[in-house]
Amino acid sequence: MTIRVQREDFDIGAEIARVGKDGNDVGGIASFVGIVRGGEGEDAIGAMTLEHYPGMTEKELERIEAEARVRWPISASLIVHRYGRLLPGENIVLVVTASRHRHAALEACEFLIDWLKTKAPFWKHEETADGGKWVDAREADDTAAARWNKKA
Amino acid sequence: MKILYFASIREKIGHGEDEAPMPPSVASVADLVAWLQTRGDNYARAFGNLRGIRVAVNQEHVKFDHPVVDGDEIAFFPPVTGGSR
Repeated sequence: MTIRVQREDFDIGAEIARVGKDGNDVGGIASFVGIVRGGEGEDAIGAMTLEHYPGMTEKELERIEAEARVRWPISASLIVHRYGRLLPGENIVLVVTASRHRHAALEACEFLIDWLKTKAPFWKHEETADGGKWVDAREADDTAAARWNKKA
Repeated sequence: MKILYFASIREKIGHGEDEAPMPPSVASVADLVAWLQTRGDNYARAFGNLRGIRVAVNQEHVKFDHPVVDGDEIAFFPPVTGGSR
């Protein structure tokens, strides 16, 4: 189970292959890649800067990953999240999960990206034609994360 | 205690970090916010709308009624926006 918070870009194919090799008895690998969207017209983004809370970022990602391991039989996982100034089209985040059978990998992957959007301490600042602004958190993200709440 | 500010909160205050001894009147995050609001116009503006503020104590998400003690690291920030859209 690996967490990385870094400025540098990552090689999607190489990372996915490595997770597959790390796990025991792997039958399926699931992945998600988050990318900087450029927007269109008035909403076009020149660049996006990700700020983060060093120390807490890694801890939160570890907590989220540990939670996924409790809920699903994952044999290996990886979260890589970049920070710093990124251009449209650049990779932001990678989530990879591996398990014996596909459902655990697929569901854990979706859980991890939904949860990290509401828990991991990153903040995005967008550069647009008329200056820059901080991106607001979306209610839709909280709703997406809430559907993973266990029924009592 | 060490207090950290991130993103738009840091911009409104003008700096990202404060270090100070814990004031005797402060026992919880809410108390700390009330004390910070008195430190200047920039702080009052940054903590003007508490609905848009989240807090972590020693790098864990907590609520405003969480206790704080000397030596704690307290961070204030807007709701997080990581991952991708």
